[in-house]
Amino acid sequence: MNPLFERIREALAAQAGDCSVAHGILVLQVAPGAVLEVARRLKDDFRFDMFADVTAVDWLGQEPRFEVVWHFYSTAHKLRVRMKARVAEADPTVASLTALYGSAHFMERECHEMYGIVFAGNGDLRPILLYEGFKGHPLRKDYPKELEQPLVPYREGFEMPGRE
Amino acid sequence: MSSSRTIPIRPEAAKSGAFEYLSTRKDELIGWARKFSLFPYPFVTACCAMEFMAVSSTPYDTDRFGAALPRFTPRQSDLLMVVGTVTHKQAPVLLKVWEQMCEPKWVIAFGVCATSGGFYNNYAAVQGIDRIVPVDVYIPGCPPRPEMVIDGIMQLQDKIARQQHLIVNDRF
Repeated sequence: MNPLFERIREALAAQAGDCSVAHGILVLQVAPGAVLEVARRLKDDFRFDMFADVTAVDWLGQEPRFEVVWHFYSTAHKLRVRMKARVAEADPTVASLTALYGSAHFMERECHEMYGIVFAGNGDLRPILLYEGFKGHPLRKDYPKELEQPLVPYREGFEMPGRE
Repeated sequence: MSSSRTIPIRPEAAKSGAFEYLSTRKDELIGWARKFSLFPYPFVTACCAMEFMAVSSTPYDTDRFGAALPRFTPRQSDLLMVVGTVTHKQAPVLLKVWEQMCEPKWVIAFGVCATSGGFYNNYAAVQGIDRIVPVDVYIPGCPPRPEMVIDGIMQLQDKIARQQHLIVNDRF
């Protein structure tokens, strides 16, 4: 394992006990409550200065159902870290990283509309790729894959897709 | 013949054929004029745009059909070319552009996504722009070959030439 990864693993042993390296990326499995603290340590102590992405995985049928995934990159070390947290369908809430990274604003909006993950602390979770009035979260596995929600009425002779 | 109502023709010009008479029907004349002066509005949303550029530029040259000069305002154009995937979020924009175009107007669905949604069948894509606006010519392909686009333009020209033109009335 990379020496920096070893140092991170020792420093964050309390929050991220479950560590591994996959494809040269350090993977930290953290509790939902420790997300902000781990991200702050990564940024301040280990110079992971670039927030690359936040997305989610829908493990339909498992509990907790969702896995939120963050990616960080260090322009100083040229290394990547992936942070994962499992959240339940009943309360899919994790802390927002907007206080640390400005780029989190837009990426959290996208993750919110596609998966329904709530980022506590992000005050603007309006749709960014979808539109106002869209019901449901299309990248969840239980969203009907052909369900359309048109904004304009169809011309005569075409059946409007039913809204659920 | 020397009548006051005829245009005097110089003797040498009379032999050239330039001043011969032409007889036609009014609606055919209008259709002939219109089919060679198409002003496209490119509603370009996706990768078909590359093929649209190819067909517009020198090697294929849609200017031969009088359909090369794009107008970037719908009010100055009479051919709406929908090039690429249209999403439900874009559908109100497409409808507004079409509504702002003055009559007479025609619509070409360029590529399989505009025609039928293509391989996108999900929450985002409109399954064919004919659900939103009336389409005159569909050009399939992902993307269409330039020859197919030219064929589509020629089919639209035939359609325009055969159309009833509202401008033709008892005062014209």
